[in-house]
Amino acid sequence: MGLSIEMNTKTVDSSGNSIEFCDVAYHINVIPARIIVSGISLTISQGETVVLLGRSGSGKTTLLKLINGMLLPSKGKILVQGRATADWDPIRLRRGIGYVIQDAGLFPHFTVAENVALVPSLENWDAARTAARVEEMLQLVGLNPREYAKRRPRELSGGQRQRVGVARALAADPPILLTDEPFGALDPVTRAELQREFSALARRLGKTIVFVTHDLREALLLASRIVLLEAGRIVASGSPKEFLHINHPEVRAFTSSLSVPPGAST
Amino acid sequence: MSSSIIEVPGNWTFFLDHRAEIFSATLDHLTLVVIAMAIAILIGVPLGMFIVQRAALRTIALGIASIFQTIPSLALFGFLIPIPFIGGIGKRTAIVALVLYALLPILRNTYVGLTGIDPAVLEAAEAMGMTRAQILWRVRFPLALAVILAGIRTATIITIGVATIAAAIGAGGLGTFIFRGVALVSDSLILAGAIPAALLAILADFLLGLLERRLKVS
Repeated sequence: MGLSIEMNTKTVDSSGNSIEFCDVAYHINVIPARIIVSGISLTISQGETVVLLGRSGSGKTTLLKLINGMLLPSKGKILVQGRATADWDPIRLRRGIGYVIQDAGLFPHFTVAENVALVPSLENWDAARTAARVEEMLQLVGLNPREYAKRRPRELSGGQRQRVGVARALAADPPILLTDEPFGALDPVTRAELQREFSALARRLGKTIVFVTHDLREALLLASRIVLLEAGRIVASGSPKEFLHINHPEVRAFTSSLSVPPGAST
Repeated sequence: MSSSIIEVPGNWTFFLDHRAEIFSATLDHLTLVVIAMAIAILIGVPLGMFIVQRAALRTIALGIASIFQTIPSLALFGFLIPIPFIGGIGKRTAIVALVLYALLPILRNTYVGLTGIDPAVLEAAEAMGMTRAQILWRVRFPLALAVILAGIRTATIITIGVATIAAAIGAGGLGTFIFRGVALVSDSLILAGAIPAALLAILADFLLGLLERRLKVS
C-alpha cells in the first residue's frame, strides 16, 4: 500500500471492534467489468472516527456497504471484528452495525418509537427493555420522548428525522456505526447543529465510526482520521491537522474549497 | 316472469312490487362479484409479489393480464363458453371471465406498490439487518397496501359493471333485468337492473376509498 501518512497509533485488537480492509477491490460484473474501488487497504481501530472523504462517485459509499456486507468484495477481504464479511451471516453482521443514511430512511408507517425500536424488536428484546432503550435513545439525540415518541416521521423536520435515524442506528448498542452523508440534505444551520452534537456524541460513546462525506469542513470537525478517496482508490490519509498539509492535488482541491472567504459568493 | 312486469310503467310502484326479485338479483350479482374478486385477489396479490424480483415473468404476466382486459367483455364470455371445464353456460364461466378482468388492476397495483417504495427506506431496512422476508412483510407490504387496495377498488368497480353482462351467458344477477328490459323495450326493467348495479358500484367505490385513505401512510 502506497500510503505514507501516519496510521493511527492505537493498537489494533483483532478480536475487538476493528475493521480491516485487506487489498480490497470491488467491481460490477458487467462486460467489461466496471471497477468501483481497488487496492483498498485500511485498518480502522476501535473507537476511531474515520471520515471517508471524496467527490461523488469516488467509492465512499461502496466502502461503507462492503463493511456491513451489503456488497461483497470482488477481491481481497474485509475483516469485521476479526472475521471476513463473506464468512459472517449477513443478518448477524448488520445487526451489530448501526447505519445512518442521508434521507434517514425512516419507516413512514412506524412511529418514531417503533423506528428506534427496530433492531431491538428484531432481536426480540422484551417490551420493558425496548421501551426504556427507546426513551434513552431519544433523549440521547435531543428529542423529548413524551413529545416525539408517538409521532410519524412525516410529522418531523429534516433535522429531527435525522436525529431519529441516529437513535435508531444506536438502539441495539452496536460497536460500529456507519454513516453515509447523514447531514447532507439539511439546511446549513441545522447541519452545523447536528454536526456539533454528533461530534460530542461520538466522543462520549466510543464507537468505531466510519463517516462518509464530501464536505471537508465536516470531515475536519468529526474525524480522528480522514481518508481521501479519488476514483476508487485511497490517495491520502491522516489526522485533520496533518491532512491539510498533505501535498496531493486532490487534497489541494478539497482544501481550496475551504479558503473561500465568507461572502465571496455573493 | 309474469306479464304484469311488462305493462307497469317506469315508476316507483314497479320497484316496490318487485323488490323481492330485485333484492335477490342484487344478492346474486354481489355473490358473483365477491367470489370473482376473492379469486382475483388470491391470484393477483401473490403473483404481483412474486414478479417483483423476476423481470421476464413480470413482462409475461402483465402482458397476458392486459390482453384479457382489452377483449370486449361480451366477447370474452363468448370465448369461454366452448372451453371444457371452465366454460359452458352459467355462473362458473362468468366467474372465470370476471376474474380475468379483475386481474390486471390488482396485479399491476401490487407490483407498482411494492416497487414504488422510497429506496432509502429499503436500504435502511437491509442495513439494519432485516431478512428478505421481514422486509417484504414488515416494510414493503404495509407500505404498498394503499396502492394494492386502489387496484382492488378499480377491479371491484369493473367487476360490478362487467357482471351485468354475465347475465347474457346465464349467470343471473342484475344484468338479467337489463337484458330482459332491452328485449321487451321496458325502461322499468332496464332501470331495475341498472340502478341497483350503479348503486353497488358507487357504494363499493366509497367504502373501499374510505379504507384506502385510512391505510395511506405518507
